[in-house]
Amino acid sequence: MQKEATPTPELQAVAPAVDLDSVAHDAVLPIAWRRVAIAVALTVALALPFVLKSFLVFQLTMAMVYAMAILGLNLLTGFNGQLSLGHSAFFAVGAYTAAIMIENFGIDYYWTLPAAGLICFAFGFLFGFPALRLEGVYLALATFALAIAMPPLLKATPLEPWTGGVQGILVTKPDAPFDLPLTSDQWLYFLSLGVGLLLAVAAANLVNSRSGRAMMAIRDNPIAARAMGIDISFYKTITFGVSAFYTGVAGALSAVVVNFVAPDSFTFVLAVGLFVGLVVGGVGSITGALFGGLFVLFVPNFAEQISKGLAGAVYGIILLLLIYAMPSGAAGLVRLIAHKLAARRR
Amino acid sequence: MELFLHQVIAGLATGAIYACMALAIVMIYQAIDTLNFAQGEMAMFSTFVGWQMMQWGLPYWGAFLATIAVSFVAGVAIERVVFNPLRDAPVLSHLVVFIALFAILNSAAGFIWDFTIKPFPTPFGTHPLFGNGLISAHDAGMIAVSLIMLALLYVFFRYTRIGLAMRAAASNPDSARLVGIRVGWMIALGWGMAASLGAVAGMLIAPVVFLEPNMMLSILLYGFAGAVLGGLSNPAGAVLGGFVVGVIENLAGTFIPYVGRELKLPIALALIVAVLSISPRGLFGTRLVTRV
Repeated sequence: MQKEATPTPELQAVAPAVDLDSVAHDAVLPIAWRRVAIAVALTVALALPFVLKSFLVFQLTMAMVYAMAILGLNLLTGFNGQLSLGHSAFFAVGAYTAAIMIENFGIDYYWTLPAAGLICFAFGFLFGFPALRLEGVYLALATFALAIAMPPLLKATPLEPWTGGVQGILVTKPDAPFDLPLTSDQWLYFLSLGVGLLLAVAAANLVNSRSGRAMMAIRDNPIAARAMGIDISFYKTITFGVSAFYTGVAGALSAVVVNFVAPDSFTFVLAVGLFVGLVVGGVGSITGALFGGLFVLFVPNFAEQISKGLAGAVYGIILLLLIYAMPSGAAGLVRLIAHKLAARRR
Repeated sequence: MELFLHQVIAGLATGAIYACMALAIVMIYQAIDTLNFAQGEMAMFSTFVGWQMMQWGLPYWGAFLATIAVSFVAGVAIERVVFNPLRDAPVLSHLVVFIALFAILNSAAGFIWDFTIKPFPTPFGTHPLFGNGLISAHDAGMIAVSLIMLALLYVFFRYTRIGLAMRAAASNPDSARLVGIRVGWMIALGWGMAASLGAVAGMLIAPVVFLEPNMMLSILLYGFAGAVLGGLSNPAGAVLGGFVVGVIENLAGTFIPYVGRELKLPIALALIVAVLSISPRGLFGTRLVTRV
């Protein structure tokens, strides 16, 4: 960077590559309204699997799984200012951990979720150390390298007895426990919903805690954060670990939901997709992750329906229009509309 | 030993292409502080345009020059139409726009020219340049054309007024604007030149990797690696980085037993990550000093 140091300190504070507007705390709606909104959303979420076709239920489950991965990415990028284009790697590690535990060791699938999360936490934490030395696009590239390296590593001959090489691993689909009158798809939907809510509440609490404020202080101005006594290395590496934990749990769930893991499901395309979901959903917004998950799952399909040959172009144009229309993501747009409505009432 | 020499020279030849891509990436990075993820697809599209011109009967060098001109105009147009309105958007949004451009160009090329692999002619021929077969004529041509391009760019930036204005616009937009440089157009010009550079790289590498919509993907990655290795703030470093990555890639593929071939790309990338964690701004990048 030959660029001159930005002359005003106010501008420097914005230097981290994150849109700060979108990180304003969502105290826009009155509490009562928010409770109503949450109650309605939950009721709808609980009712959906009983009214929709089973394939759509499966798709919604996958959207929630992606939302969890995006939530993890959001903790890292949105709240801590570390750019990652490599979260498909953690997703893959989570998925393979689950698949290997279930198929090679016969462990029940619900144990694999925390296990995958913890293993990914360790990986993410360790990757956080070289990441400490990198900033902005350099970090983006290093993580991108991770995403590129993952599929060939999974295919590599020495690991084949575990990973099944190019073939991947088939995972048995679990049935609903306790003789619940649910189909397998419905059960997995509720499982994902439960895990997703748990992760979202945990993330919200984390962000509103002392540690969360430290994370955001590092994002906004590392020098000031250090001057206030925040241990930057500690928080950055831990955040990387927690982010990988979220993505790993999502990966493990995806292995159970899709019943199959293979190296080519976890290419950089997934990493880029998660990143797009993050930006479209809203950087630094926890509810935005759900928009992001829905986008990642449904928009490519929608583009394909419009034109088979030009699906990529349609996808790209939708993406461009979204960025023009709502530069701070879907969550930012909702917040903006809420602001406008609140201002009108006054 | 001969195998080693052979691999080094082949590495230099592909390295020349990576160097062109790395330079194109650095030019855009200097202007807007983001890696252009669509650079490879822009180059691929240009290469298809060149191929189409040859199909229409233009001679190689005529098509070559025409493609460079078309790419230049297209590069300027992309900056003016797509990026100019988003000048003040956050970097993350820029990245997403690049991803969108990537998807659009890739899919449009596939739609217009379909996904079948096409041969691309070389003006140099494929026979060995000397009797001993150490370097093929096309490899030598690739290196020569790239070096000529790079030398021209150097002269342009070093000795012309407009080159100076572009450098000023990149290094300090505010001051440049105050002395009467039209910063917006300088950035657009940079985009045009980056697009032309990509077109040259695409047309030179196309005889080797064959022409198809996904041909530039790994080349772009090596270009990134080269640019980052040399330092994104230093064009000359980026060029050198490109050559280094080309050689490393070839040697790793040949000499690391067992995993070398399969893991050629990850090995090259792992090396870059290793270099970065020792020297975070690349080998020749300038350290960023900020005033607090």
